[in-house]
Amino acid sequence: MELKDKLLSSYVAFENRVDTNTDVHEIRSEALENFEELGFPTRKLEAWKYTSLNSVLKQDYSLFPDRVEAIELADVKKYFIHEIDAYKVVFINGKYSSFLSQTTHEHYDVCLMSSALTNAKYKPVIDKYFNKVAKQDNLTSLNTAFATEGAYINIPKNTEVKKPIQILNFTTGSEAASMIQPRNLIIVGENSQVQIIERHQSLTSNAVLTNVVTEIFADKASNVDYYKIQNDEITASLVDNSYIEQQSNSVVSVHTFSFGGNITRNNLNFYQKGEHIDSILKGITIIEGKQHVDHHTLVHHIEPNCESHQDYKGIYDERSTGVFNGKVIVEKEAQKTNAYQQNNNVLVSDKATINAKPQLEIFADDVKCSHGCTIGQLDDDALFYMQQRGIPQKEGRALLMFAFANTVLESVKIPEVKQRITKLIAKKLNVKVGFDL
Amino acid sequence: MSKYTEDDLREELKTKEYEYGFYTEIESETFAKGLNEDVVRAISKKKNEPEWMTEWRLEAFRVWSQMEEPEWANVTYKKPEFQEIAYYSAPKKKPKLNSLDEVDPDLLETFKKLGISIDEQKKLANVAVDIVMDSVSVATTFKKTLAEKGIIFMPISEAIQEHPELVRKYIGSVVPTSDNFYAALNSAVFSDGSFCYIPKGVSCPMELSTYFRINEGGTGQFERTLVVADKGSYVSYLEGCTAPQRDENQLHAAVVELIALDDAEIKYSTVQNWFPGDESGKGGVYNFVTKRGLCENNAKISWTQVETGSAITWKYPSCVLKGNNSVGEFYSIAVTNNHQQADTGTKMIHLGKNTKSTIISKGISAGKSQNSYRGLVQINSRAENARNFSQCDSLLMGNECGAHTFPYIEAKNKSAQIEHEATTSKIGEDQLFYCNQRGIDTEKAIALIVNGFSKEVLNKLPMEFAVEAQKLLEISLEGSVG
Repeated sequence: MELKDKLLSSYVAFENRVDTNTDVHEIRSEALENFEELGFPTRKLEAWKYTSLNSVLKQDYSLFPDRVEAIELADVKKYFIHEIDAYKVVFINGKYSSFLSQTTHEHYDVCLMSSALTNAKYKPVIDKYFNKVAKQDNLTSLNTAFATEGAYINIPKNTEVKKPIQILNFTTGSEAASMIQPRNLIIVGENSQVQIIERHQSLTSNAVLTNVVTEIFADKASNVDYYKIQNDEITASLVDNSYIEQQSNSVVSVHTFSFGGNITRNNLNFYQKGEHIDSILKGITIIEGKQHVDHHTLVHHIEPNCESHQDYKGIYDERSTGVFNGKVIVEKEAQKTNAYQQNNNVLVSDKATINAKPQLEIFADDVKCSHGCTIGQLDDDALFYMQQRGIPQKEGRALLMFAFANTVLESVKIPEVKQRITKLIAKKLNVKVGFDL
Repeated sequence: MSKYTEDDLREELKTKEYEYGFYTEIESETFAKGLNEDVVRAISKKKNEPEWMTEWRLEAFRVWSQMEEPEWANVTYKKPEFQEIAYYSAPKKKPKLNSLDEVDPDLLETFKKLGISIDEQKKLANVAVDIVMDSVSVATTFKKTLAEKGIIFMPISEAIQEHPELVRKYIGSVVPTSDNFYAALNSAVFSDGSFCYIPKGVSCPMELSTYFRINEGGTGQFERTLVVADKGSYVSYLEGCTAPQRDENQLHAAVVELIALDDAEIKYSTVQNWFPGDESGKGGVYNFVTKRGLCENNAKISWTQVETGSAITWKYPSCVLKGNNSVGEFYSIAVTNNHQQADTGTKMIHLGKNTKSTIISKGISAGKSQNSYRGLVQINSRAENARNFSQCDSLLMGNECGAHTFPYIEAKNKSAQIEHEATTSKIGEDQLFYCNQRGIDTEKAIALIVNGFSKEVLNKLPMEFAVEAQKLLEISLEGSVG
């Protein structure tokens, strides 16, 4: 049976497990209808021109991996940014693991989507925010229809969250192949600040398909700093759908580090609903083998005097393929917009492919919009210079690549995250770094 | 059903024409509306074409009837009813006027601004002239010089008769009949066009231009151009003219094929100024053109275009860089005003080693128009050391227009070097103020700034054309400053 049919027919069983008498369930049923109509994306869709999910969809996924496996902290400690004190919201096979987590309700809520969806106390918030900014496209609808669990973060106004929040999704692979659909909702009040680190990790080599939706609402003058670390097993595929709505004077930055996984697709959407907003989208992609990473970004400038900055770097080795599709829309009213988009790529092997499509759609005349896109190689002269001075070729290359990725790396605000990323890159490039970045 | 022969058709057409009060005269001839295999056959027969050509058209028609109209372009319009179009009409006879006084004063005003000579004005406005016009005599001398060099330059319908081996070899080799909806339609029903062949090692001594080719009156609705530059030859080809063209046909689907063999160079310049529709966006020509060039080893193709007309422009002059060391260039200015929509750009397909391409695209949108750049740079896995530089700049005037860029960059070779940059800006108030201070009125100042903005492309046009094109830009943007 095809995955789509399997999903559709499993909905009845799913309904037995949730409370069907709620507003949220109505949203779910609508979303399911929507997905039934749209189906999985194919390459015929312009947005999926360069990414085919066919191979991923062929797997026979278990849709509701049920068994909660106990994992020892020691086994997974390395996936945490464990050097710092942090709130943790941890899921194993889509189920909450209280043992590994550290949540709070003091001053602000860092807890579970399942309780937010079912507890009457949260109903006004859910009514106001749940599924409100998410686009009703195929995979988001699919998530909306089936998602029951994820992280729920609600920060009231004038609050600074003292320590970062880590969201981790582990899959243990107790089933041959599993599909999980986490759903995160993050609401940041006026003048508040929060830092979040998100990671999806498969613990075995069984196939995993993660279809995650994250909605972020950043109220006036709030500051959200979000890091996505993607360094999964080669059998794990990820579709990350993030939707961010910003109000006046807010700053939201999202860093995406894609170092591994089978097919990784990042749909990152920003909607600017006020003035003087800054949206920052940055990413480093370093992949090899047959990996495929697709960054699909959208920044929608709706109001005047806003800015957006995009900076994506990619290094592609062996038979890997990279896609960058960045879209900036500037509405008629959004005068004085300053939109900047930069995408630089290095192809290390002849079999690697990069497809770039930086798009601008501009309807306002008093704007500064520019995009640049380059594809090239490392500078041979620089490499030669270093070799002359006793730096081996491999290390020399790594140094150049670090320098290449540094514009993204230097804007990482949590030192431990920066260190971790630096280590991951060093490991990827097979060098030991003896320097601080 | 009994066998339906061509004779029957002819008979039917005759009676039909009669039935509906059509009349036939030497200068004007129109088939009944609609398109089917018989109409394609009839067009071919009309042109007295050989069997292979008829078959080629029919094949194209069959492909076309299976195809769907493309919808991916960033333009909105009411689709033409393809069965409501008459697919064959010989050049229409326009009423002859006795003097320039009878010509529409608006048109004359435009001519004056463009600096077109009185004689040419008369010709363009279809005024009868007694003396032999300059252009005519020039054209005659042209013909002589070309013949001496062995250059073939004639309507494609004549070329099919006189040089069938050349036409047969190259037609459809760059733009196959099945390439796209409009190319297929064109292949099936094209009425006429130009054919040009430059022999080995010959450098064409003058700019070839459809404008001067007097043995064909008026361009058809479905034009077909084929330019072949044999090894080591050079040609510069001009298409269109700066004078406004008022054409009754709403749909134009032309195909242009360029073939540059080893070491050859083709420079193809277009100035397009079809009727863009009135200020409220009514009427106007739909221009759906397929243009593509093929470069063999060390060959070079350079497209230069100035697009100011048409209600809708859908045009992507492309280069297939098949040979090693071949070069493709694309320089474009697209101006849209009022309700015009343009979706234009280029494709650079790098197949050979050490291939180079340059794309410079300048879009200027004013009024309520939409201007899109859509381009593809593709580096094949065997295209070692390919190099591309793309730059698309947009200038917006007013806040009701839009500028869009849709670049596609696909690289499959690590030695590729690709740069793409795009900017969007408006005419700065301080720039205007500076000009005003120095006694230059706002309208002139804008013309000045727009000219500066488009200079890189204007410089690529042949001299006479460049001067006219510069003025054309001014006229197109007239009244766009609020």
